[in-house]
Order: sequence, then C-alpha cells, then structure tokens
Amino acid sequence: MASTAPIAPLPTLPKKHYLNDGTTVASWLLTRDHKRIALLYLVAVTVFFVIGGLFAVLVRLELATPAGDLLSDDSYNKVFTMHGVMMVFFFLIPAIPGTLGNFLIPIMIGAKDLAFPKLNLASWYIFMIGATFGTYSVLNGGLDTGWTFYTPFSTVASTSAVVPAALGVFINGFSSILTGLNFIVTIHRMRAPGMTWFRLPLFVWSHYATSLIMVLGTPVLAITVVLVAAERIFSFGIFDANRGGDPVLFQHLFWFYSHPAVYIMVLPAMGVMSELVAASCRKPVFGYTFVAFASLAIAIIGFFVWGHHMFVAGQSVYAALIFSILSFLVAVPSAVKVFNWTATMYKGAVSWQTPTLYAIGFIGLFTIGGLTGLFLSSVGLDIHLTDTYFIVAHFHYIMVGGTIMGYLGGIHFWWPKMTGRMYNELLAKISAALIFFGFNLTFFPQFVVGYLGMPRRYHAYPPEFQMLNVLSSAGASILAVGYALPLSYLIYSLKYGKVAGNNPWGAVGLEWTTTSPPPTANFEETPLVTWDAYEYPARVEGHVA
Amino acid sequence: MSENHQHTHIVPLSVYYTIFAALLVGTALTVWVAYIDLGALNTVVALAIACTKATLVVLYFMHVKYASKLTWAVVSGSVFWLLILLALTFNDYLTRHLLTYG
Ligand SMILES: [Cu+2]
Repeated sequence: MASTAPIAPLPTLPKKHYLNDGTTVASWLLTRDHKRIALLYLVAVTVFFVIGGLFAVLVRLELATPAGDLLSDDSYNKVFTMHGVMMVFFFLIPAIPGTLGNFLIPIMIGAKDLAFPKLNLASWYIFMIGATFGTYSVLNGGLDTGWTFYTPFSTVASTSAVVPAALGVFINGFSSILTGLNFIVTIHRMRAPGMTWFRLPLFVWSHYATSLIMVLGTPVLAITVVLVAAERIFSFGIFDANRGGDPVLFQHLFWFYSHPAVYIMVLPAMGVMSELVAASCRKPVFGYTFVAFASLAIAIIGFFVWGHHMFVAGQSVYAALIFSILSFLVAVPSAVKVFNWTATMYKGAVSWQTPTLYAIGFIGLFTIGGLTGLFLSSVGLDIHLTDTYFIVAHFHYIMVGGTIMGYLGGIHFWWPKMTGRMYNELLAKISAALIFFGFNLTFFPQFVVGYLGMPRRYHAYPPEFQMLNVLSSAGASILAVGYALPLSYLIYSLKYGKVAGNNPWGAVGLEWTTTSPPPTANFEETPLVTWDAYEYPARVEGHVA
Repeated sequence: MSENHQHTHIVPLSVYYTIFAALLVGTALTVWVAYIDLGALNTVVALAIACTKATLVVLYFMHVKYASKLTWAVVSGSVFWLLILLALTFNDYLTRHLLTYG
C-alpha cells in the first residue's frame, strides 16, 4: 500500500447493540431476541457436546486394549449409548439451526426477528426440559439400548432408564418441530422488500429444507419413542412378536425419522459451506439454483431411503432392493453440492483464513463419508459391513467430518458478527489443522478394522485389531485438543479479542451490512434488496481482493 | 384480501353439533362392529370408520374446509408424507413371503 494512503481508523464497537441491551439474568432468560436465544443454544449445546465427548473419551480408552478391562460390558453399553444420545439428540440436531440458524436467518433475510419470537424462546426451554430428562437418565442408572432404542431389547429386556430417556427425546422433538415451523413461516413471510426466493443466501435455503424435515419427520420419532415407553410400562404388544406385534415395525418407524435426521444434521452444515466457500473465494456459488434445489431434493428423497438401515433386520428382499436403489439416488443432490463448491473454488482467489480451512476440510471429509455411504447402500456389501466399525467410521465422517466441521467453520466465520471481536487467527488455524488430522487418525482406521470384521458395540476385541484401535484412540486425543482450543480462545476473545468491524472478511450478505454486534432490531432501517446473493467481488466498500 | 375473508368465516353452531353427532355415531359404530367377526375385514372396517372421523375433525373442527390454499397444501403434504411411511413399510410387509435370503 502506498505510504500516502490515509490510515483507516481502527474499527470500534457500536455504542448500543443486542449484547448490552439489558444485562440482567432475566434479560437473557426471558429474551425474545433471536440473537440472544441463539447464544442460549450455543451455551447449551456446548455443554452437551462436552458431556457426549467425555463418554467418547471413555469408549476410546476402553478400546485402547483388546481386553475389556476398563469398563464392564454393561457399563460399556451405557457409555456408548449415552455418547450417542447426547451427541445426536442434544448436540448435532439443535447445534447449527439453534445457534447459527437462529442468529442468522432473520438478519440474512432483512427481518427484525423470527416470525414467532416467544415460540422461539419456548423452543429453547422445551429443549432444555428434554435435555434434563436425558441427563436424568444418564445420572439415574444410564441407558444401554444404543441411541436407536431398538426393540425388543428396549421394551422387554433392558433394565436401564429407558422411559426417562425416551421422554427426553420425545420432549426434545417438540423443540425441533417448533424451530422448524418458526423458520418456515419466517422465510415465507418476513423477507425484506426485494429479497426474492432466488436472492436468498443458500444458508437460508438449506435451513428451509431442514425445517421441512423437522416438521414432517419429528412427529413420527416422537410417537415411536412414546410407544416404546408405553410398551415397557403397559406391555401393549405393538413391537412384541409374542402378542402379534413386530419388533421390525419399530425399525421402520424409527428410521423413517432417523435417516432424514441425518439431513437435519448435515443440511445446515451444507448451508454454512455455501457461505464459507463463496466468501473465501470471493465468487458467487457456482450453480446457485442447483444448490438451492439440491437442498430440497435431499430433504424429500431423504424420506424414501430409511430401509438401508434394515438390510439384515428381516425386511423383505424386494423392500431391500427398492431401498437400495433409492439410497443410491439420494447421493446425487449431495454430489451436486460438492461439485458446485469445488467449481466455485476453481480459479477463485482463495483466502486461507480459518473458516476456509474448515470449508476445505468439510469437502474432503464429507465426500469420504458420502462415498462410503454408497458402499453401504449396496445390499451385498452392507450385509458384510452391518454392525461393524465400518458403519461407525462412515457416519462419523458425515456427522463429525460434515456437521461439526460445518458448525465450527460457521462459528469461526460469524463469531466477529456475533460478538464484535476477532479470535486469535493463528491458534484457530492450528486447531483447525489438529481437528482435521486428529479426526482422520481417529476414524480412518475404523474403516479398515470394520472391513476386517471388528463389530461395533463390544468392549473387548481380538488382539489382531489392537494396532488400528490404538491409532484411533491416539487420533481421538489429538481431536480432543483440537476441540478444547476453540473453547478457550473464543472465550478469551470475548474480552480481549481485537474489534472486528462490520465486515472483517469482505463478504457480501445482509448480515455484513449491519454493525458487529448487530443492534437489537438487526438494522437501523429495513433494508431494500436490489442485488442477488453472492454478488462478488464488487459491492463491498473498501474491499481489496 | 381473500385470506382475511376466510379468517372471518363463521361456522354456524348447528354444523358443529352435526359433526359432533356424526363422531358419536362413528364411535358407537366402531364398538358395535367390534362384536361382529368380519374376518379379514375387521381391521379394514375399523380403520375406515376411524379415518372418516379424523377427516371430519380436520375439515370442520380444525377449519381446513374453509382455509386458504396454503393450508390445503400443508395438509395434503402431511397426508402425502404419511403415505410415504405406509407405502414403503407395506412394501416390506406385503412382499416378505415372496423371496427370502439364503
Ligand atoms: Cu440412513
């Protein structure tokens, strides 16, 4: 830069913003501001992530040696179950919609808040009540059914706290439904003038698709876990073959929700991805409409594939065939997205900031997770791989490699907007790298050991699998450091981070036009939108490519 | 706006009483038919009565009959999703006898 150029004044925090608009505890716990509710979710899901993570630590410690020496078989059953329940229902499902979705959707569409602010707060409280039941079951004897609550074990055999855990999942479902409903109505009714459907950021499209799944799928899960609880208490016989019921019916009902639930977890992360890729390459997302409609296609086709979880469960051969074909089909829109992100990056001026690292990590890991999903859609191969560590590796590549990478990438991208401050970029890059390498070291060996035949959900295993398991446990310890770092430097940045300014990344999107942190009403005046999403690189003032 | 008109649509009380009576008749019918053995039709008849009753509730008590096109879209969407659940589940149950592994 020429020495004659005037020195830009350092950015300062706005005088009044949503964070200092009320400082009492009540101003937080009774808030109707979507941004504050997002932070309530952020704190809550972080707590459940830590709890779920501690159970994962126990699993990896136990599996460091072939003998079942650290935990008894019963305790081990409970530990992996509670890892799954905590992570799936109380972290992965609410994580991105609850925090980033809540915070960003109204701002991205130029609205003052969600359509139903009180309902939004109610969602958080319902979530917390559900999570309390979940935590109660953990403390009160634990749960040993696996996060899937499979019958007949969960209904007639298990002596653990199935009913409170099922109630927790049931209650939590209402939180999910109400959040989805709120998002759908908001996106339909609250868009600023000029913000047409095809000007919406892809983050909003993917949350719209996610909300559809939440509203259409969650009631089925809720009623199914209630049936499990009722069957335990009253012995109805719906899932009991001795009374004319069918345990496989449970699997149909459960996976009708729980396969689409994978997309509840990963679609929001894909939405984050589109924003990160565009901002870090300073290019419009390649094939905007295809990416937008791919979200809807994933949401819809995702409801037609659940039987791939049941290839060995006793469903008919014809059902397996059809579910197999349909499962191959759902990979298409996911692949469209991955290709479009890479096409966006092609010849882009990629800036190597922390969110970019997460975005690139996501593409690699999600692709491996998705492709191994195709292995599992193929009936013949799946029969060999069912209930092995291959499955565990596959869905961790999707959920950790996809959802958590997207979540952390999004948190790092919008942190300056949410808090007004920047974190330590060097530490953030180091932790992103640790997470990527730690993750691969943890889960790649599990593909191999699973293919070789190591079953999941046992606390002991044959000695020949030890080397791969030690690698996996070593990777998990690196991963743990990678996750602990952001927790510390992000908290540190709240007070000591340098002031970010309104648009530290030089990104487009309505959220970058307001102050950081935004005022309670999000904008000084309702914006009038006259441009498409991702009009890079032009519109941003003072931005140097 | 047409939506405002629909929101102010007032259903005469007599309609509610008629529907309520129809629901009671349906309930009585369900109990009565439970004492007759229709063989394979037992479940079919019970479900038919139940679905009719549910439809009445949705149309009249939940006001869908008088609601906007958007509400109809939401209702038909939900029914379609229920059909997905039923169709692919029955695709398993109805074909189990045809072919088995091994
Ligand atoms: Cu699945």
